Amino acid sequence: MKFAILVNEGPYTHQASDSAYHFTEAALRAGHAVVRVFFYHDGVNNGTRLSVPPQDDRNISERWSALAEQYDVELILCVAAAQRRGLLDEDEAKRAGKDGNNMAPGFQISGLGQLIDAGIQADRLIVFGD
Amino acid sequence: MASKKFLYINRKAPHGSIYAQESLEVVLIGAAFEQNVTLAFIDDGVYQLLQNQDTSGIGTKNFAPTFRALGDYDVSQIYVERESLELRGLSKDDLIPLTYEDEDDDWAEKDSIHVVSSLELADIIEQQDVILNF
Amino acid sequence: MSVLHIVNKSPFERNSLDCCLRLAKADSAIILIEDGIYALQKNSAAADKLQQVLSKHRIYALQPDLQARGVNPENMLEGISLLDYDGFVQLTTEYDKLQSWL
Repeated sequence: MKFAILVNEGPYTHQASDSAYHFTEAALRAGHAVVRVFFYHDGVNNGTRLSVPPQDDRNISERWSALAEQYDVELILCVAAAQRRGLLDEDEAKRAGKDGNNMAPGFQISGLGQLIDAGIQADRLIVFGD
Repeated sequence: MASKKFLYINRKAPHGSIYAQESLEVVLIGAAFEQNVTLAFIDDGVYQLLQNQDTSGIGTKNFAPTFRALGDYDVSQIYVERESLELRGLSKDDLIPLTYEDEDDDWAEKDSIHVVSSLELADIIEQQDVILNF
Repeated sequence: MSVLHIVNKSPFERNSLDCCLRLAKADSAIILIEDGIYALQKNSAAADKLQQVLSKHRIYALQPDLQARGVNPENMLEGISLLDYDGFVQLTTEYDKLQSWL
């Protein structure tokens, strides 16, 4: 079965992104396909590579990156939501004249159309949020 | 590509958080995909459609007028739960009038907003393919 | 096939569960996750509401969320099925749409 995952909250404040991660991981492990994980609202903050959690805590963005690498899953940050919140890849940073970028490996920036497209392609779309 | 039925469920008030505003952005982008689109306003979501919203004093974007554009995007199935309105002391008259031009009826201007009971809304939810919540 | 309703908020803080119960048709299922599991505490006002709809809906709860919050399954409303994440994924394949009451 093909799943699409929508993550509406950032890491650490709400459990939503942990729940989304565990669900996505379990779905992939069971042999299901995940068309795309789409990050919206504060969910785009899952995609920063500058987060430095304490050593005894989970590293949420690294965990997503590892999942993307292992299963070749698309992790997409909504461009408008990401720009608002200061999540930039190299191209976006250059275009906006900013002095740095902070996108974690495996994440990409794209438009909201990718969310609708995921809903069209997938057999099931599940939303995690507050 | 076969068209799917997309339902956007809005249960949050505007202005206190960004969910309502960013949800509307998804609806507008999604309208270009030629899917069947339905919006539902439930609980505090009904406040999104109140008339006379003016954010000039709080310096945030007033996106309420954008709802009027939905008809131009062929988004004409807008359901508001009656129980949610009544609990908040509101009626349809308190809401922004939203209309669309019906191409199957000589472009007659029609109401997009339908106030429905919980029971009717439960049926509408069951008829969808994809449900988005923000 | 029907809807799987997902409730992730405490019934004592938000109206998500009430809204779900108002709008869920018979034979749809409900899964309680995150703070939603607090509705299961036996003799609570929320558990009483769930008790009344058990004949109408299959009700599930995410066990890791229960365990994390120290809610003892022995003090839980009876008739609820506990699932781990694998079971949660399996459940979402059995219902053709998923509605998260955020």
